[in-house]
Amino acid sequence: MVRFVLFCVAFALAIKLYAQDSAAKRLRKVSTAQGTGTIKGVVRFEGTPLKPRLIRMTQDRNCEAIHKGKPVASEEFVLNKNGTLKWVLVYVKSEVKVDFEPPSKPAVLDQQGCVYRPRVIGIMVGQPLEIHNSDPLFHNVHFVSKRNGQFNFSQPRKGMKSVRVFKNPELPGTAYFKCDIHPWMRAWVGIFDHPFFAVTGDDGSFTISGLPEGTYEIEAWHEKLGTKSVKVSVKSRTTVTVNFVFKR
Amino acid sequence: MEHVRAETVHHHEPKSFWTKYIFSQDHKIIGIQYLITAFAMGFIGMVLSWLMRLQLGWSGKQFPWLGKLLPQAVEGGVLKPEFYIALVTIHGTIMVFFLLTAGLIGGFANFLVPLQIGARDMAFPFLNMLSYWVFLLSCVVLIASFLVPGGPAGAGWTMYPPLSSVEETLPGSGIGTTIWLISMALFIVSTTMGSLNYITTILNLRTKGMTMGRLPLTVWAFLVTSILGLFSFPPLFAAAVMLLLDRHLGTSFFTPYMIVADKPIPHEGGLPLLWQHLFWFLGHPEVYIVILPAMGIVSEVISTHARKPIFGYRIMVLSICAIGFLSFIVWGHHMFVSGMNPWLGTAFMATTLIIAVPSAIKTFNWLATLWGANIRFTTAMLFAIGFVSTFVTGGLTGLFLGNPPIDIQLHDTYFVVAHFHMVMGTSALFALYAAVYHWFPKMFGRMMNEKLGKLHFWLTFIGAYAVFFPMHYLGFMGVPRRYYAFDQYQFFPQGAVSDINIFISVATFIVGFAQLLFVINFVWSAFKGQRADRNPWKANTLEWQAPSPPPHGNWGEELPVVYRWPYDYSVPGAPEDYIPQNVPSVPVKVGSDGDDKGEAKGNDESR
Amino acid sequence: MRGRLTGRIEGLLLGLALVALVVIAVVTVGGRFWWLPPLASQHGKEIDTLFTVTLIVTGIVFVLVQSLLAFLIFKFAGSEKRRAIHFTENRTLELVWTIVPAVILTMLIFFGGRLWSRIQLSEPPEDAFEVEVWGEQFRWTFRYPGKDGKFGRTDLKLVSVENPLGIDKNDPASKDDIFFFAGEENLHIPVNKPVVVYLRSKDVIHSFYVPHFRVKQDAVPGMVTRTWFIPTKKGEFEFACAELCGLGHYMMRGVIVVEEEEKVNQWLSEQLTVGDVLP
Repeated sequence: MVRFVLFCVAFALAIKLYAQDSAAKRLRKVSTAQGTGTIKGVVRFEGTPLKPRLIRMTQDRNCEAIHKGKPVASEEFVLNKNGTLKWVLVYVKSEVKVDFEPPSKPAVLDQQGCVYRPRVIGIMVGQPLEIHNSDPLFHNVHFVSKRNGQFNFSQPRKGMKSVRVFKNPELPGTAYFKCDIHPWMRAWVGIFDHPFFAVTGDDGSFTISGLPEGTYEIEAWHEKLGTKSVKVSVKSRTTVTVNFVFKR
Repeated sequence: MEHVRAETVHHHEPKSFWTKYIFSQDHKIIGIQYLITAFAMGFIGMVLSWLMRLQLGWSGKQFPWLGKLLPQAVEGGVLKPEFYIALVTIHGTIMVFFLLTAGLIGGFANFLVPLQIGARDMAFPFLNMLSYWVFLLSCVVLIASFLVPGGPAGAGWTMYPPLSSVEETLPGSGIGTTIWLISMALFIVSTTMGSLNYITTILNLRTKGMTMGRLPLTVWAFLVTSILGLFSFPPLFAAAVMLLLDRHLGTSFFTPYMIVADKPIPHEGGLPLLWQHLFWFLGHPEVYIVILPAMGIVSEVISTHARKPIFGYRIMVLSICAIGFLSFIVWGHHMFVSGMNPWLGTAFMATTLIIAVPSAIKTFNWLATLWGANIRFTTAMLFAIGFVSTFVTGGLTGLFLGNPPIDIQLHDTYFVVAHFHMVMGTSALFALYAAVYHWFPKMFGRMMNEKLGKLHFWLTFIGAYAVFFPMHYLGFMGVPRRYYAFDQYQFFPQGAVSDINIFISVATFIVGFAQLLFVINFVWSAFKGQRADRNPWKANTLEWQAPSPPPHGNWGEELPVVYRWPYDYSVPGAPEDYIPQNVPSVPVKVGSDGDDKGEAKGNDESR
Repeated sequence: MRGRLTGRIEGLLLGLALVALVVIAVVTVGGRFWWLPPLASQHGKEIDTLFTVTLIVTGIVFVLVQSLLAFLIFKFAGSEKRRAIHFTENRTLELVWTIVPAVILTMLIFFGGRLWSRIQLSEPPEDAFEVEVWGEQFRWTFRYPGKDGKFGRTDLKLVSVENPLGIDKNDPASKDDIFFFAGEENLHIPVNKPVVVYLRSKDVIHSFYVPHFRVKQDAVPGMVTRTWFIPTKKGEFEFACAELCGLGHYMMRGVIVVEEEEKVNQWLSEQLTVGDVLP
């Protein structure tokens, strides 16, 4: 009888332990030390632009209706009018010797018109990611990665909001969101244990501020063009300009 | 057939509360433990179906109260598709295995077999006790799967790989599926122990005079069922092990190279169809493992309450054996469009349609038993008659599904859901209820409340038809099964499908609450019911010749001796309309002079 | 046992319930209140005929048996005052109700087997229109063999973002293959011509279910399965997934466009081929 009870307790414990995340929860040192160095620049493109695919959302009438039946250009390669690239994730690749508390303000990934917005997102380890469904239709949120496991859940209705948190840093390229119902949807994620990253927008520029003094390797990642990196020295209260050029 | 006279070793009478009621080796207690656990699981399975019907009836609506109860599964008050198919999976698993199989066999084979053959207990009482506790463990393990990340298994009770073998394809295919497989493995261990016990007991422990030809049809049914279980469960056990290996050790029994969410899944050369063959090799006999005891029970109940011998006893036995044998060679009818060789489809079609013949014979035999009968409408009898009606309905729809060209259109639609719910969800369940109402006096020494029982019957009978008959209509319209919602398609009329779904959902809740009447009746009567005689139904089988409830060892000092078959009801010339099996020749009173004019001869079909 | 009257009433009520069941069933099913989707394929006609025959047979048995059951429980409701008759065997009856079902079932087997052979065991004609349908979680896509009529080799290990089906560019037969990205196109097939559909899956088991055509065939990963049919009506027809494939199973809708063969070929000639898209 006693043995049986002990067995049940042991079994329940085993389930609980297995269910807990195997990634160790690292104790975070609260750090108030914030540097004052800044890196800014643009990401340019030279050469023959890639022709973005035209997506026809034929198999989902609701998506088609949102776009009034017109095909939508894929954002896998967006060349801005000023010759710069959109959706490039620029980040500090080298190790930053400070422990950062992840911000409680969530990053937001939205599903709008059967497309993820933004397409590329940078987020900190431990920072909440809010995933919204702004479409009046079913999306499923399927995340795959190399170092942050995978998850897959549905958001059948407009207005649904779910929160997820990532536990391990992962450079962009292996972690992404996709929707199985709308296979053209893609959102790439870079997960960092520091806040020094930025995504280029319509003007191809980026700004990374608050860096402590030091020498860093800065990398720019584009989902189709790969990566380019540069070593930069940053001093307090100064701004360094770094430009990237992707050639094809 | 020679049988061995039982010289049972008299075990020590259990003394403490623990050894009498909890860790009991007495088949009667174990039977009741199985029954109660099965009904508890059935209740859980029923609640799961309520959640499913909530979604199907009102799929546009949000349920904030449910969202508070189950925040992850019903996020923002919306029942999620991944939760819905987890419900479908666990509901099916519980109902088929943990309610019907465990309740009918674990409950009633255990309780009835030793009593009906005149033995003191099972051949292996300790193994019997072990089988119950392993069963209980398998129940706990299955329910635990609701608490793990990803939730319980969601690939259907049929668990087809690669959906069930690759975690990335479905949230529930993570640890939830591993737990499901462990639970099933434990369940199979438990049923195997049970099968060994029932077969050994029936073959070896029959009392003097109890030849095979004098066995009640319940015992015949349990014997054939146990043989079925012994041969059919091991392939599923093997398949479950292979699936665990695919999932955790990277083998590729069932899993080919695949791309999931643009990510390659490193397996090589696996055959999903292999799982289907192995699963259905059990899966089909499994449904006969459920229906054969149900048929045996119904034969018993009808015969007793109609005061008539069962019509065609020998043919009934042969039919049970034929169904048992044929059930092993029909499994491919679940796979007509699976991609297996179409020639197999032809072969399985033939065997599947043939198995309808012994089932039809049995049905006609029950009807013939009612001809010229003297029917007593006890609750048990009402459920037994309900069984015949729902079994006919469900069995007939099998003729559509067993014919491959027709199955092309009906496979994986609500027509299939209607079919198996009619034969298992109503018929087999009705037989289980009939068994409880009939043998409750013997189990607890008290009568159940007849009025409450009849109310339970009427609500359940009408309700069951109200829930499952309209599903045939959905099947005609082509509505697919295991669908979370139907708003995406126009090939069926949206309005009609919504209306029918609401109707079914409302009926489900009414029927569901009606089952509470049964629970209340059961619990209340077990403690406060009117005290029952030894033989309140005036039945012939041996269990009614023991006290209600029978003591440990069942028979006191002397084992009973059997002189006749169990169906000597309304024997012409006999003083009473029943002659129990342990009664030797009965003098006949004919004529006013009071002289004995010889014996009343029943239709004992074995000499 | 209680009085004959109470027993009679219960028997009557249950009998009436069964009669009500029979009436409802006959009216709603016989009256085709909710029925099969309108037919749009050639072999579907024979399936529907077999379906109707089976319906009539099972319907007759259903009515007879449920009515008989109703009659028996009404007529033989019991009382203390009489005894049941001792009726346990009747060779004639038993022979009849064994042979009649066996004969009916044998006929169903015969007709069903013959139709099944025609559908599944026959080879489609040489000049049939061929197309591949691929299922993946949770969308469909298609591949046409192009002018050479041959499908190029595929290997899932070659799958990439630009090459979702893993077509082997080095296989000469694949140069003129036409493929689409999942979810972005409808399936175009010719009317009144045999169409062979090869079914593939990239991940789990799906099933290609076209209700109007009476077509259903599982798409199994690691295998190529096949079904063929002749569409007889022009128009757009939905198809759905009929094998549980995950949380989006109910969303896996596709559309088949059936039009004149010239229109299909015209549409195909406007599409990009493997040679265009995968240099």
